[in-house]
Amino acid sequence: MKESQTGIFKTTTWSPGPGCHGGCGVLAHIKDGKLVKIEGDPDHPMNQGRLCARALAMTQYIDHPDRLRSPVKRVGKRGEGKWEEISWDEALDLIEAKMKKIRDDYGPESMVFNVGTGRDIYAWISLLAYAYGSPNIMFGLTGQACYGPRLAAVITIQGDFAVFDAAQWFPERFAHPGYKVPECMIIWGYNIHATCPDNLFGHWIIDLMKKGTKIICIDPRLSWFASRSKYHLRLRPGSDSALVMGFLNVIITEDLHDKQFLENWTNGAHLVRKDTGKLLREKDLVKDGAEGNFAAWDPNRGKAVVWDTTEVAFRDKDVKPAISGEWEIELHDGKKIVCHTVWDVFKKEVNRYPLDEVEKITGVPAKDIHDAAVFYAKAKPAAIHWGVAVDMTPALTPLVTGITALWGLTGNLDIPGGNVFARFAFDVVPYALPGTKGAIRLKSKELDEPRIGSKKFMPLNKFYWRCQTDMTLDQIFTEDPYPIKGMWIQTAGIMQGLGMDPKKWKAALEKLDFVVAVDVFHTPTTQYADVVLPAGTFLEKDSFRSWWVPLQTINKVMTVEGCRPDVEINFELARRFDPDFKFETVHDLYDDILKPSGMTFEELQAKGGRAYPPDGSSSCPYLRHERGLLRADKKPGFRTQTGLFELYSTLREEWDLEPIPHHEEPPFTPVSRPDLAKDYPLILSTGRRSPAFFHTEHRNIPWLRDIDPDPTAEIHPKTAGNNGIGNGEWIWIENWMGRARYKAKLTPVVPEWMVMAAHGWWFPEKKAAEPSLYGMWESNINQLIPMNEQGKDGMGAPIKHSMCRVYKCKPEEVNHE
Amino acid sequence: MSKTPEFGLLIDYEYCTGCHTCQVACAQEHGWPAGMGGIRVNEIVQKLPHDKYYLTYLPFPTELCVLCKPRTRKGLDPACVKHCMARCMTYGPIEELAQKMKEKPRMVLWVPK
Repeated sequence: MKESQTGIFKTTTWSPGPGCHGGCGVLAHIKDGKLVKIEGDPDHPMNQGRLCARALAMTQYIDHPDRLRSPVKRVGKRGEGKWEEISWDEALDLIEAKMKKIRDDYGPESMVFNVGTGRDIYAWISLLAYAYGSPNIMFGLTGQACYGPRLAAVITIQGDFAVFDAAQWFPERFAHPGYKVPECMIIWGYNIHATCPDNLFGHWIIDLMKKGTKIICIDPRLSWFASRSKYHLRLRPGSDSALVMGFLNVIITEDLHDKQFLENWTNGAHLVRKDTGKLLREKDLVKDGAEGNFAAWDPNRGKAVVWDTTEVAFRDKDVKPAISGEWEIELHDGKKIVCHTVWDVFKKEVNRYPLDEVEKITGVPAKDIHDAAVFYAKAKPAAIHWGVAVDMTPALTPLVTGITALWGLTGNLDIPGGNVFARFAFDVVPYALPGTKGAIRLKSKELDEPRIGSKKFMPLNKFYWRCQTDMTLDQIFTEDPYPIKGMWIQTAGIMQGLGMDPKKWKAALEKLDFVVAVDVFHTPTTQYADVVLPAGTFLEKDSFRSWWVPLQTINKVMTVEGCRPDVEINFELARRFDPDFKFETVHDLYDDILKPSGMTFEELQAKGGRAYPPDGSSSCPYLRHERGLLRADKKPGFRTQTGLFELYSTLREEWDLEPIPHHEEPPFTPVSRPDLAKDYPLILSTGRRSPAFFHTEHRNIPWLRDIDPDPTAEIHPKTAGNNGIGNGEWIWIENWMGRARYKAKLTPVVPEWMVMAAHGWWFPEKKAAEPSLYGMWESNINQLIPMNEQGKDGMGAPIKHSMCRVYKCKPEEVNHE
Repeated sequence: MSKTPEFGLLIDYEYCTGCHTCQVACAQEHGWPAGMGGIRVNEIVQKLPHDKYYLTYLPFPTELCVLCKPRTRKGLDPACVKHCMARCMTYGPIEELAQKMKEKPRMVLWVPK
């Protein structure tokens, strides 16, 4: 064969494949229909020629001997691992018949659609679920504790999400005129460079460090960033919210906050009633006044003036409201009350966290907190970016809103090199992340009524379009208020990764009438399915991504016999379930979703597969709140109820939840449960990222497994010594829920009081059939983490901080290969 | 084949994050099975005063490294250098790389077999 027969094709990564949240440009070398090589596209602004280990290993992935290449039907009992290959037609007919029966007998909401992390699937699972008529799309993690909660919390007070600015919004990147390199970056519980989550390229931060950015790293582990940081704040897991209050305390006490932002763009001047502790609203002041309007004190007029939320302005002209003070105000019913300002209330809460107190809670020396906070506040510009650690705690909203307040109050919001609003490119919204309305929707509001948890948890009710995971699991058993009869599982590993307390999930899957799994390989989860469909990788499909900027196409460069892209599977079934389904082809669907960009899929492809929103559009920075680019009414301000950055959350007040950031001790820590600490003296943390794997994936890819061959638990040498554990020895990590077996890695990167257990472990080389289930019960740390400990708003859960003890395995308990 | 060495790999180990991209890039380029390859990344945890530690990752070219001759002959960078996520590897003539070492500390120059 001549080399000239190899074609080189450009496309964009996303799942399935490297597993990550995608977006890198690649060159796929295809010869005789096979992928012979893959490399980074040097012309792509995101990765600029670089490519990670997982994407490079696609050549071992795509033709892997274990890849599913035909639909299969279960012929034994669930978990027996017995399958029969069937044709696509037979599989789709069977699924259609079974799912229609469930819909006829119980209603569409009785089918749950389970999805994993940020894949190229949310849109297409929405397409299927909504065409079927079910509102129950479930991200399988307890408290949905990854990313979505963070978004929902930020949107609650700020209206739009924000991420660190590495000039990713511009094709010329760092050369963009006006871009500034952050002087300081806070990396909060994030090992971003290992896996590139959240549609960010982790090594952008290394690029910035080379340009001078100094790091504050907030992490109990000595991560790579921590090792290179100016300040490493080694906090106790679960105490993050106390630390953020400490930061705010320093910044406000030392008068380092941005007064202009505070006074012009926040609701700091709005009045809070001292009698009720609630915001003063127009309806209190004026008979028939609006509930949705607020008030501030105008010292010139000597009276309370109304903040009109539809006008995003004071009703009177030239109001300069007081930011601090206390006034007696007469209500329309003649009652006299005393009010103070939101800013006063906010400061009062912040004052509850003097640094000696914060040191006691977090374990971080007060001086380090002080110096780091001052450095952050004085650095111009400065950015904060955070990892899933902020979601993996029940009181995530008080934590996340505290961090958000930091970037607001330091004037770093939507400025070059700060925290920049992240909008879908060209406002092309294929599926709804919290706070947005996707192009793909349920046909009617009524169909959304039965969404599990949407009545109880207001973020889910208002703008987080998923069912609540913990309640969904319970409802499978209780059947109250309605039975769950089937589950569609697509690119999700509920048994081996997403599901805490996996025994409970196993029992739930066993109880269901009908389960479909769509995946690239068999996994422990697929063993509980009735039908498994083989999905195609990102190289095998046309698709697109608008999360966040640029808008880009994914281009089909090859096919693998027997496999079909997720979108095509869902499209075909959606057509069968929805008599009004309006699209002829997948490209018709894409064109429809892409409408806001003014381009069709093919037009976008013809532009090189990539487009950047121009200046003046809502998805292009900077200072969009000042320029009227965020709100539908084009008024300056934010997409919040008040139109302001809400230091005091109006929505949270209406939901009877704390409107202001604060610290809440999580449920299973040595502080909250000293009784448990006697038997389980170590803090158990999980989820340390490996560059070789994305969550549960890639254990079967030889090049990647070679990098990280065993489930490891990081233990401090002193702690290991106290427990008679040597480096590389197999140990049990145990608590009141169960135990899991890990290989001890003795390393001082973890503190003496903590064990860090890798997550997502199963062994594709072991037997599929029960009881082995690919060895998933051996080293699955989720067996030590409960369900049903989600936060008060239905989001967040204690995944990063539990308690445990460790001891050596007996010789007979160790597998010798 | 090994006369006097002319080319080398300069590693800026201040910025190597331990992503192991170089290992897989090498394996893909040369078709090495898992466990073999021209470069391995090592983790070094160094104890410092005041109970502090420093974490270093250091790519090390093995006996199998041929400095990607087939690529460099065409003017391309070696596969590991091209894909390095942290851009902490430079390929070039030994003298040039040695000069570059004066630009900043925490560098090592490898001259593989």
